[in-house]
Amino acid sequence: MNLLEKLDSAAAARKALLPDGIGAFGIPIEEVYSATEARIGNRRVLLLGTNNYLGLTFAPECIQAAHEAIDKEGTGTTGSRMANGSYYGHRALEKEFAEFYRCSSGIVFTTGYQANLGTISGLVGPGDTVLIDGDSHASIYDGCVLSGADIIRFKHNDMVDMEKRLRRLDDRTETTLVIAEGIYSMLGDQAPLAEIVRLKKAYNCILLLDEAHSLGVLGETGQGLVEQTDLLEEVDFITGTFSKSLCSIGGFCVSNHPQLEQLRYVSHPYIFTASPSPATIASTRAALQLLRTGSHLRKQLWSNCTQLYAQLNEAGYQLGPDPGPVIAAVVDTPQQALLLWQKLLEHNIYVNLILPPAAPEGKSLVRCSVNAAHTAEQIKYVGETFSKLYSLVNG
Amino acid sequence: MTDSDYDEILRLLCDRLSTLTNSELPITPDINLITQLSIDSIKLLNLIMEIEDTFDISIPINGLTDVQTVRQLADLVYKIKSTS
Repeated sequence: MNLLEKLDSAAAARKALLPDGIGAFGIPIEEVYSATEARIGNRRVLLLGTNNYLGLTFAPECIQAAHEAIDKEGTGTTGSRMANGSYYGHRALEKEFAEFYRCSSGIVFTTGYQANLGTISGLVGPGDTVLIDGDSHASIYDGCVLSGADIIRFKHNDMVDMEKRLRRLDDRTETTLVIAEGIYSMLGDQAPLAEIVRLKKAYNCILLLDEAHSLGVLGETGQGLVEQTDLLEEVDFITGTFSKSLCSIGGFCVSNHPQLEQLRYVSHPYIFTASPSPATIASTRAALQLLRTGSHLRKQLWSNCTQLYAQLNEAGYQLGPDPGPVIAAVVDTPQQALLLWQKLLEHNIYVNLILPPAAPEGKSLVRCSVNAAHTAEQIKYVGETFSKLYSLVNG
Repeated sequence: MTDSDYDEILRLLCDRLSTLTNSELPITPDINLITQLSIDSIKLLNLIMEIEDTFDISIPINGLTDVQTVRQLADLVYKIKSTS
């Protein structure tokens, strides 16, 4: 089989699973009306498949800041952070992230994906080890592969399994980076951070926590799981993205280790790409201020999460263990998931469809992402629709 | 680690694969895990976790990129077990 035939084979497998017409993956969104509504085809749909957790995509402060930045500094930096792409805003945002997390340093990356890629591949290399959760995001896996370090997985959130693998590493734990996530993107559950911290201290490792889905969502000021668990000081490196609660695109890493600054000189995903546009940086800075003072948004978000989780649970769906902004209905087969996804769209609800091997344990997921801008009526409608469709999918 | 240890690893892998895949093909050391036994990535990772526990080792998943046959998997397990 040649290179192109391999792609043909993958395309045939995809076509066998997904019918013609509107595709579940890369669905065309024709117009966006608000943080919760858009048009897909001829349908005005409720958006339950975005990562817009605080509902800030149309926040006037962010839009105005982006407008002003374009007027003042143009549409793009046309260069990397290493060369001509470090404007005042990039440096200011780094300081603001460092201050937010009470850290000495912060680095801004062009995407959240690159934040993990750049941080991990900068911290470890051949001969080192990364110990990662089995449900880690692809950016973590890819960062580990790029690094050349040995990649060891532990069973998702299973601390007995994690300790077993640390024990097997023996004296290699000193050159081991442990990686976990504040909230996992597939089932929406949280890392057992207190136990992870205990183990990383016992075995003398370095700990990186990715707060991509938990930034803005957990903790009084929205720092994430580190704030909710009061373990900020115990985590060595924190990464995160701008493309969820901060409603733009980009990523960051903060740390109290002075060595973080060295990543600017060794991390290819930081060096060999253009820096974020001035408008992106400006809207992110404005959004970060709203996030920090947005306890009312978090309260509304959690009210919505709790309501929808309870409705889906009551309807009989198998869900992740914790209520949260990511609520995934777990079904056995891709066909069940696709049917549920299609029926929800027919009821004007857009959610995410996740099939194996992206979904854990060979299952399939129909995943909702709740946000603070959803009204109680919208959430109730989504819950009632899921409930109505339960027997169709599970009958 | 001795030659008999290696043979034992190979035998255990063949036995486990026979149960896991329900293959009508006999599990020989040179059978291809993916093209002949149709083991997908999830099954392979679960199998690796089982093997790790059986031999009390950790197998880096990036060490699996060159593994296509049962024998190559046995070679990898033997190499890691020998150095642990």
